[in-house]
Amino acid sequence: MVQQEVIILNRAGMHTRPAAAIVKLAAKFKSEFYIEKENMEINGKSIIGVMTLAAEQGAKLLLKFDGPDETESCRAMVELFQSGFGEPVE
Amino acid sequence: MEQELTKKEIRFKGIPASPGIVIGPVYHFRKHEPLIFVRAIADDEVEKEIERLSTARARSQKELQKVFEFAEQKLGEEQCKIFEAQKMILEDNVLFDAVFSRIRTEKKNAEHLMKDEIEKYSRLMAASTDEYARERVNDVQDVCNRVLRNLEEQKLISKIDGSNVIVSHNLAAADALIFSRNDVLGYVTELGGATSHMALLARALKIPAVVGVHQIDAMVQAEDIIIVDGFNGIVVLNPSKETLKHFEKKRLEYERFEETLAPLRDQPAETLDGHRVQLAANVELEQELEFIKMQGADGIGLYRTESLLLGKEVFPSEQEQYEQYRRIAESLYPKQAVIRTFDIGGDKFMAQSVRENNPFLGWRGIRIMLDKPQIFLDQLRAILRASSLKNLLVMFPMISSIKEVKLAKQLVDQAKDDLRAQKIPFDEHLRLGAMIEVPAAAIIADHLAREVSFLSIGTNDLIQYLLAVDRGNDIVSDLFQEFHPAVIRFLRRIIERGSQGHVWVGMCGQMASDPLATILLVGLGLDEFSVAPAVLPEIKKIIRSIHFTEAKHVAESVLEMKSEDEIKGFLKRLMKNKFPDIPIG
Repeated sequence: MVQQEVIILNRAGMHTRPAAAIVKLAAKFKSEFYIEKENMEINGKSIIGVMTLAAEQGAKLLLKFDGPDETESCRAMVELFQSGFGEPVE
Repeated sequence: MEQELTKKEIRFKGIPASPGIVIGPVYHFRKHEPLIFVRAIADDEVEKEIERLSTARARSQKELQKVFEFAEQKLGEEQCKIFEAQKMILEDNVLFDAVFSRIRTEKKNAEHLMKDEIEKYSRLMAASTDEYARERVNDVQDVCNRVLRNLEEQKLISKIDGSNVIVSHNLAAADALIFSRNDVLGYVTELGGATSHMALLARALKIPAVVGVHQIDAMVQAEDIIIVDGFNGIVVLNPSKETLKHFEKKRLEYERFEETLAPLRDQPAETLDGHRVQLAANVELEQELEFIKMQGADGIGLYRTESLLLGKEVFPSEQEQYEQYRRIAESLYPKQAVIRTFDIGGDKFMAQSVRENNPFLGWRGIRIMLDKPQIFLDQLRAILRASSLKNLLVMFPMISSIKEVKLAKQLVDQAKDDLRAQKIPFDEHLRLGAMIEVPAAAIIADHLAREVSFLSIGTNDLIQYLLAVDRGNDIVSDLFQEFHPAVIRFLRRIIERGSQGHVWVGMCGQMASDPLATILLVGLGLDEFSVAPAVLPEIKKIIRSIHFTEAKHVAESVLEMKSEDEIKGFLKRLMKNKFPDIPIG
């Protein structure tokens, strides 16, 4: 199991487009993927789950991966978060 | 037979959402809201139950795919994104696997467990303090209902026989779209405003619509005859013979009138004695550009940029905005377009995450934009970049003080500096204007005139603030009077102060589109009318048939009158004498 804390960087925060990008990326890996925010844990491979995550710019999330490709999965996901989902970050 | 006789004519007043008059049978649409019971299932029923849910899921996916493709083809790629989230939920294996496994362990029916599982999420979303998450509840529930309906093997109602007027409590964008594949004559809904998704859709599809029609859902019966007047927001159920005749005549007159108006297209909006006014159009969607040219508009007097926010959760980027503003500038050139910066808050779009007791007196229009300078700057840079043909103007909504205008101008200067640094060309003399919709702005119109190049009167809000009447409140809505003597005096004052300051004064509110007000407004010295595209030729015909001197006399007489009734009666008589074929009121 690997875990990594990330910060929401994009101005608009979490909304449908980033949620979709997260779920689509997670589907490429075999590992289980969970996102934890303030004692709530949701399955990162579920769009309806990720949609319940209200996360504004600056919010901290804990990403957890468990499975055969957890390291690669973690690296790719952290990269997606660090890119601000390709949206404006200021 | 007897029943026929007992059906009484009922008249409703709603909000005109899409122009045109239609008469036809009702199709009463009720959204399927399944009642779900818990039912235990036997061990040997488990696989059948799972199969049932899989089939319902596949069917729902097929339905939604159709909606999506249809939206893409009718409305374009951008606007169909409002259905994207729903599609993805149906693809969510975590969600469906959880329901499948609960069917196996709990041995209950698929309907109950599907609903229960989805509700776990929708409760979390509804409890959120985040507006975005709360709004998603609608999407999630819409998907849930779709699956439940398919579990019951109820067909999606999408085909209706014959030509009908769709009447419903509420019509989701997806429903309206699906129905439009049929021969839909019109839409009537209880909910919704003139700027709702549904209204925009009806306009894009050129189908007459009236929204915000209270109580109609409970009164209407299948196959009732209904009249929809999308110009005036009037709906008549089971019209009497006389009413039917009246509206049928009005409809024909309108059609005939439209034909006689065609030759006016290339004529200027000029009185018989040579007084020229600008007659421009209010535009909401880019798709309307062709229509307003056909109608012979002198450009756009109000471009509502809020349509760019439609179905979006984030503000459109500078680039996306630039492309749209550029297309408008190029398409209209050499005519000009007044771009109004985002007018959100109040009742319009993007419900804010803050709750306000009095949204109309709260955070809206320029107030939001000045508090969110990054969003404002994106928009200003986009407009500036699109301005190099020098035919764009910018207008700020909800101005109530000189300070706001100065702050907005500073941001325009900052946007110009940004573009200069990037060596991007723009109109150095981009003209700025203030909307006059707050009484305070009307009173300081002379000061405002020194800061801007033009003023544009937004009558809807101005009247509401001046008379302290909420036009959406049924109890007092009859006190909302366009022709209240105070309104007329106020208009004169604004126009006078503006012209003393050597700026032009326009009007983009509903009053400018009211043929009953045209002669009066010309007489008050209004320089520019920005009107609903549908009524533009009528207004032009009126302007071209009068003398300016005569209009001035009319205005002087009206300014002496003491009540709205007196003023309206006078204007109606005047119109009846001069223009017996123009439909008014």
